[in-house]
Amino acid sequence: MKWQRAVVVGASSGIGAEIAKQLAAKGCHVALIARREAELVRVADEINAAGSHLARIYIHDVREYEAVPALMQQIARDMGGIDLIVYSSGIMPAIASDEYAFDKDRQMIEVNLLGAIAWLNEAAQRFERAKAGTIIGISSVAGERGRRGSPVYGTTKAALDTYLESLRNRLSRYGVEVVTVKPGPVATPMTANLDQKTLPLLITADKAASAILSGASRKRSVIYVPWLWQPIFVIIRAIPSFLFRKLNF
Amino acid sequence: MSLPQPTPSFADESTKSLPDCAAKTLPSESTLSIDSLERVETWGMNRAGLAYVHRPTTIDGIREVFSLARRHKVTIGLRGAGRSYGDASLPSENICLDLSRMNRILDWDPVTGLITVEPGVTLRELWRYTIGDGWWPPVVSGTMHVTLGGAAGMNYHGKNNLHVGPLGEHIRSFDILLPSGRLQTCTPLHNPALFHAAIGSFGMLGCFTSLTIQMKRIETGLLDVTQTAAHDLAGMLQLFEDNAASSDFLVGWIDGFASGENVGRGLVQAARYVPASQVTHPLQSLRTQNQDLPDTLFGVVPKSILWRVMKPLTNRYGMRLLNALKFRMGSTPGNGKTIRQTHAAFNFLLDYIPDWKFVYKPLGLVQHQSFVPAARAQDCYKRVLQACQEADIAPFLAVIKKHRRDDFLISYCLDGYSLALDFPITGANHERLRTLLGHLDALVLEAGGKFYLAKDSSLSSSTYAASLGAETRRQFLAIKQECDPDNLLQTDLSRRLFGDFPADFLSE
Repeated sequence: MKWQRAVVVGASSGIGAEIAKQLAAKGCHVALIARREAELVRVADEINAAGSHLARIYIHDVREYEAVPALMQQIARDMGGIDLIVYSSGIMPAIASDEYAFDKDRQMIEVNLLGAIAWLNEAAQRFERAKAGTIIGISSVAGERGRRGSPVYGTTKAALDTYLESLRNRLSRYGVEVVTVKPGPVATPMTANLDQKTLPLLITADKAASAILSGASRKRSVIYVPWLWQPIFVIIRAIPSFLFRKLNF
Repeated sequence: MSLPQPTPSFADESTKSLPDCAAKTLPSESTLSIDSLERVETWGMNRAGLAYVHRPTTIDGIREVFSLARRHKVTIGLRGAGRSYGDASLPSENICLDLSRMNRILDWDPVTGLITVEPGVTLRELWRYTIGDGWWPPVVSGTMHVTLGGAAGMNYHGKNNLHVGPLGEHIRSFDILLPSGRLQTCTPLHNPALFHAAIGSFGMLGCFTSLTIQMKRIETGLLDVTQTAAHDLAGMLQLFEDNAASSDFLVGWIDGFASGENVGRGLVQAARYVPASQVTHPLQSLRTQNQDLPDTLFGVVPKSILWRVMKPLTNRYGMRLLNALKFRMGSTPGNGKTIRQTHAAFNFLLDYIPDWKFVYKPLGLVQHQSFVPAARAQDCYKRVLQACQEADIAPFLAVIKKHRRDDFLISYCLDGYSLALDFPITGANHERLRTLLGHLDALVLEAGGKFYLAKDSSLSSSTYAASLGAETRRQFLAIKQECDPDNLLQTDLSRRLFGDFPADFLSE
């Protein structure tokens, strides 16, 4: 196992929870971070049910940026160090096609982007000094082009992509790996109310987590989940803007 | 083609708007400054961690670090030159109190040979300071780049252990700053319990702030070294017995790849001090420049590049060849010959090739050093060497020495022998090596043996507890609680062997 001590931010459900479970299944100690205590305890209990006691929980709202340095130090002490951090916290409030809701936009920026920067800046400083470590940021294919649906959600993911690429360019010389993950639709409890048939290439959270960890352990810089999104987005990115705006995205 | 609209499936938290959340600013004292966060590595390169490194230059500076640790509820690990093979000076994610800048020589009396130093003074600095006056450190390790604070903390030994014991027997007094803030002076007669417990306590009781050491008078800076070959382990141990009385230093090298009837074959070096009467210019031999190890090979090749030359040979085939060649050279043309060497050249073999450990990059090495009573040594070490070969992990370097017991609380020397085995860590042997080390520990324990924590990377708490003995362990934990009731002093090694120092040890 490449990693022995991992921090998963946004571990109470979805991809984050599955990544935590799969890491623990291979003997990795995991620090689970999320604001929803009940859900977090459930994930930790599931991991620790086998008697391994590999999971610790830390209740934290990722918008409490000032708390991150102290919490990171506490987690590092509790686990004796950190080899891997996964930032998978994210929100996407439902937004109508003609809605411009600044409050919702601000929350997305705070959780999807600023929270990531707060945690990953801290991790970057540690890993640079340690000359080792892996950073995984869960972005989205939604950041590939500016689409009609949710302008600010896509913006946060595009910004996260650029931020992660910058970290990669800063840290690779120190032996630190930075992985950008771009999932398409993933089946989670939150998508249960949506029409699954309208979601192309839909995969389960555990398959997504498996693909992410497999790609990261093979030192992939950018991972599309599933992989088919990569050639698809090569084409989509090549569509000229004057055509793209006429498409029904 | 229709792309999915961004949906909550991209996210893994709630789709609902979040409640307002006022950022909770923690008090600044809840975090340690990341500016002091540094990578700290074991000398064997087999483990590394981050630690908040502080390098005080005064006793008040150490007190401030103790205070800082208390405020932040973190622990402190002491570190000198970082020459322990394993995690003895690795305090991952806590404060690393690096004493290498407390490196002043406080007092020197060239008449009595008593020297008082701060803990960060290295062995190199020590012998270079005194040799001109005709004094040499009474006990030296295989490298001169250790600090004396670390040497006292581990109570290190040398090739003359069978005659003069470990360093602690030559420490006349020390000052130790306890985590409580109390500065205590100890001698063998004044605070004898703390004196005998702190020396060798691997930095768990307090921080040495000064050490007074009785140096060894030498007439010349030279040794006569006689090398004799042994064709098996029984012959090796017999050579030790034969030479014990007549030599001042005694060390054996073993070909770790030799098998069958040749298990334990190797070369024994017996060294004796050269008296002034046998040297034309004895004072010349005491000049530091005549002791310094050469920095080139054959006067031409810089030794700093040698490890790069050796790296391609650092595999089982290359090392088997080198071990066999060394034995052939020593057992035929070199057998029984006496050569004259400087103290530095004979003692500091590990410094002969700068950065030689880099041949073990990238995963590093572990050393397994065990101490076994004389009566069990032959049987135990034969089984140890055979176990290595059965596991297909022969030691690249194997060194055997003879010892005698001492009276320190955490004592590892006994009337018997020690065997030090260097193993490379590779991606292919990692798990097998872990299993092998556990097996070797069991063999040593079964033979009534002990372990030296400066070399250790893998002992389990139960194995160490068994080797220490219940009564010694109880005494150590009792004095730990007396000196450091808050368990401020901890390292990765101490946590591995003692956990968080159980408060209920008295009832164990």
